[in-house]
Amino acid sequence: MDSFLSGYKNLLVLVGVLLAQVIGLAMQIRRPNPAAPDVPPVRLIRLWAVGLFSPPEEFLQGAGRGLRSAWANYLDLRGARRENRQLQEQIARLRLEQAALLEDARQGQRLQQLLAFKEHYVYRTVPAQIIGTSGTDQSRVLYIDKGSADGLRPDMAVITPDGIVGKLKDVFPHTAQVLEISDQTSGTGILLEETRLRGVLRGNALGQPQVINMLPDERVKPGERVITSGGDQIFPRGLAVGVVDRVAPDAQNPPFMDILVKPAANLGHLEELLIITQTSDRMPAEDRRDLAQSEAAGVAAERQQRASDILAERLPGIGDPNPNAAGGAADSQAVSLTGVVAPPPQPPPPLHTDRYSPDATPPAADLIPGKPFTVMPVPLAGDAGSRGTAGAKPKPQSGADAPGARAAKPAGESKDASGGPAARPLDRPANRPAKAPANGAAQ
Amino acid sequence: MAMLAAVRRRELDVQRYPMAVVILTPLTAIFLQAYVPHYVAKFDLIDLPLLVVIYFSVGWRNPIAGTITGALVGLIEDALTSRPLGINGIAKCVVGFCAGSLGVKIDVENPGARLLINFAFSLLNIFIYLFVLHRMLALHLQTNWVQEIIKAVINAIVGVFVFDVLDRIRRRE
Repeated sequence: MDSFLSGYKNLLVLVGVLLAQVIGLAMQIRRPNPAAPDVPPVRLIRLWAVGLFSPPEEFLQGAGRGLRSAWANYLDLRGARRENRQLQEQIARLRLEQAALLEDARQGQRLQQLLAFKEHYVYRTVPAQIIGTSGTDQSRVLYIDKGSADGLRPDMAVITPDGIVGKLKDVFPHTAQVLEISDQTSGTGILLEETRLRGVLRGNALGQPQVINMLPDERVKPGERVITSGGDQIFPRGLAVGVVDRVAPDAQNPPFMDILVKPAANLGHLEELLIITQTSDRMPAEDRRDLAQSEAAGVAAERQQRASDILAERLPGIGDPNPNAAGGAADSQAVSLTGVVAPPPQPPPPLHTDRYSPDATPPAADLIPGKPFTVMPVPLAGDAGSRGTAGAKPKPQSGADAPGARAAKPAGESKDASGGPAARPLDRPANRPAKAPANGAAQ
Repeated sequence: MAMLAAVRRRELDVQRYPMAVVILTPLTAIFLQAYVPHYVAKFDLIDLPLLVVIYFSVGWRNPIAGTITGALVGLIEDALTSRPLGINGIAKCVVGFCAGSLGVKIDVENPGARLLINFAFSLLNIFIYLFVLHRMLALHLQTNWVQEIIKAVINAIVGVFVFDVLDRIRRRE
């Protein structure tokens, strides 16, 4: 017996160690017990391992962050002012965009209320830094520097402003494990934004997220946005997941197809994460405040727009009111270049005299009630040469303004060419006969 | 007679390491394996803990020591992943046993031999890992065999340099 043990000592030790680990594995992979809690307990060896490696990782991460922070906050401030200005402009622009979308959002909310649909807003988040990984591409896991002491619990959603990252798996007192969406054991409920197809997202062997078990659909094209569906009860609905990278037939499960997704969050270069610790059917106070500011900015912008429209209607146009006027183009150019409003342009000089021309009407003392008056020809400035004297040979008006046409209608019923009521001359009393003199010199 | 010669050679060539090196080297390898991929994305193609297990097991020329070292290192690695404990433990335990058994028979100082044994043990480690994952745990996960072979080649090449570094540490001690 002793010789047997000594002869196969090495092999027996190997078998013993293997057997112990197989039993350990079997104990971990038990059938789910309905009475047991959903969250599996953290194994002691896992706790020890994380407790062993997390402090140095946090130390190194903190030291690196300190160095980067010192560089960024004190030394590398070139362009900060310009960047700040750009960001301010961007905020202002986004506020206006948000205000423009506000009405649509409210309408959507009203419809959701009608359907008794409960919207889940991201109410509270906890920021965290990544301090390490699992170290193997077989398990896409990250470690963060926040844990149960900061209010984190398993199955909380982990996101960045760009898109979702994963969910919390094991949570330790001061550290937590994040299972990325690119891991093969993860599962996220998603929705294709345009085709409205629902599916489950998980990682493949190369660590790229893909939607599995989808029936072939020709409508799905690369570039389509993928968002969370909210069906997994982890991620709130509507968060960005990524865009469709390509569609390929599933070789292992025909006729299904795989939709490979390019994640919105850069999973390879993550630094800071946000853990959603609370969702609510009410919008957070901060968001409401932002929304109110955006709304006020939108209203102010709209008022300003209206005021400018009214002003544009009242004031003479500066664009092209009188293309023949000398200097008109130069004026408008001056306005556009300097931004200074030029004085309103003068009306064009008349081509011939009419009854509205100054000094064309005889004095009141010469007028006889009921008798038509003749327009006095007045020489016009610059009206000489080829044109001749307009007042000497006045041309008869054509169309509605022609004497004959006007005489056919009473004064109040005359219409212009567009069909609207003709404007009554301000200098003519309403009871004055509209009939022009027969000599055709009415205008 | 041949067996006696092998036993004598084993007794003569057994590498002895200070306890601090034996404990700290695997822990440092696991730490680097967990920390560096956050900054260097493709670093997770390398399996530093596996290379350390192979190095010590071959140097000790003791299958039992290799088995226990492999099991412990693998379990700690498992503890840092989201998978059940024991997958890496079983794989590295078998690799440690085989490396300890092979160390008695071959010259482990030769870089060419190191390249070959690193490649072979990397493949063995991947094979056992995937066997446990697919057959014992029935986790139907995708496997890209081309990528796994590339990983084995990378580990074999990196292993030659890692072994050289560990040799220098041993001589300094």
